[in-house]
Amino acid sequence: MEDMKVSMYQLYKDMLTSYLEDKSEHALYHAQQFSKQMMEQDMSPEETVSMHLSVFQDIADDLPEEVTDSFDLLLEVMIGYGLAYREHQSLRDRQQELESELNVAAHMQRTLLPNKKIEIDALDFGVVSVPAGKMSGDYYHYDIDDRGNFAVAVADVIGKGVPAAMSMSMIKYAMDTLTDKQMQPSVVLESLNRVVERNIDDDMFITMMYGVYHPDDHYFYFSSAGHEPGFFYTAKDDTFVSLEAKGLVLGVSPKVRYEEQKLKLDPGDFVVFLSDGVTESRVNGEFIEREQIVDMIRERLHMDSQEIVNEIYEQLEKAQEFQLRDDFTLMILRRKV
Amino acid sequence: MQVQTHVDINSEWGIVAARQAGRKLAREIGFGSVDQARITTAISELARNIYLYANQGQIKIEEVSAGGKQGMKIIASDEGPGIKDLRRVMEDGFTTSGGLGAGLPGVKRLMDDFSIESEVEQGTVITAVKWLR
Ligand SMILES: Nc1ncnc2c1ncn2[C@@H]1O[C@H](COP(=O)(O)OP(=O)(O)OP(=O)(O)O)[C@@H](O)[C@H]1O
Ligand SMILES: [Mg+2]
Repeated sequence: MEDMKVSMYQLYKDMLTSYLEDKSEHALYHAQQFSKQMMEQDMSPEETVSMHLSVFQDIADDLPEEVTDSFDLLLEVMIGYGLAYREHQSLRDRQQELESELNVAAHMQRTLLPNKKIEIDALDFGVVSVPAGKMSGDYYHYDIDDRGNFAVAVADVIGKGVPAAMSMSMIKYAMDTLTDKQMQPSVVLESLNRVVERNIDDDMFITMMYGVYHPDDHYFYFSSAGHEPGFFYTAKDDTFVSLEAKGLVLGVSPKVRYEEQKLKLDPGDFVVFLSDGVTESRVNGEFIEREQIVDMIRERLHMDSQEIVNEIYEQLEKAQEFQLRDDFTLMILRRKV
Repeated sequence: MQVQTHVDINSEWGIVAARQAGRKLAREIGFGSVDQARITTAISELARNIYLYANQGQIKIEEVSAGGKQGMKIIASDEGPGIKDLRRVMEDGFTTSGGLGAGLPGVKRLMDDFSIESEVEQGTVITAVKWLR
């Protein structure tokens, strides 16, 4: 360490000598590169100032006393900068720590999401879900029950970041405790509502849309807990309608009933579930209209569901200059045959 | 006998007097100009805290030696309100000046050894040592 300082001293002396000789830009460039080296070796601003004075006293004979004395003042001021610099370093280390903790948490959170392939011939399913930050306040779920029915869900915590993400895991665990018999959308939401109401803060809410597709008769049942309406596309008429059902957001009141709707899916028909991160995407500073999402889907009707959601995500991400403001989840479930 | 000086802190003048005494002793002990300025800044911060939060107190500075090393010790004591949450106060970024690196964490950085004892409504004693290298 001390040797290091000695060699820094020598380097600095050579640099200053050469600069005083020819005042070249080259020497200044050298100094700029040298400053990086100094920082790497943890040289503080006050040490640098003091080194400058020593070197200067070394190479210039009889410096006026005022010049030397003025360095007392500069040194005193630089102590403050030195402290700010140290604090910055320690805060930066702390930030890296937090960052890696968050990465672990984000990874854990991703493992809560389903990732198995759906093997139902009649179905074409696609989902994309991307958090705005590291952790997501969106949750999605899909699963096949014992009777071969296919359940899908999207939930959105009002709020973002870590607190939202923590509530999300609660939804996941609550869903795991549901039995297959309870796979009826209104019943699922009623029981999740009870769990949420008991376990989260009054100022936190979760919206959710839950649906079940029965491959034997092609009915799709769904309920909503105050969630952003999805869409229902009918191939025969080539039209989109909003997928809405009445129901209060989860966690507000212990006893809530959820309306249950049912639709018949003919071949080519599909339902779209989304989170408000999709509809609140901003393009040129303005929220996009639900109509624009419909248009984006319509342009891609020939693709499979996964391609459609991927492309829409990419298009909206690009339009927002890759800065998502809210967690983004988009899901399509289509009856193929 | 090793040198020891007390300075009473009850005004900004006291802060300046403590700085002056500290710088003088640091120089006599043989600290270089950078360390002199660091020790003085530490004294300054401690004295200011006494003046601002306890109204009055004392800064004691003395030469110390241990294990063949020589150094300088600062003891800042007061019988003021004390510090409730020591842990938070020692966190970076907590000071009212906010993220300018000064305050108690700054004092800790400027010196080699640092300890703090504080009892609510009894007072605060902060001890810090800088060793000569
Ligand atoms: N001697 C003391 N007696 C009582 N409280 C104190 C004392 N010293 C510090 N404190 C408390 O600890 C807090 C932190 O002190 P510190 O010196 O780190 O920062 P600060 O004085 O708030 O801001 P600055 O960065 O300007 O020093 C103070 O705001 C004060 O509440
Ligand atoms: Mg202070």
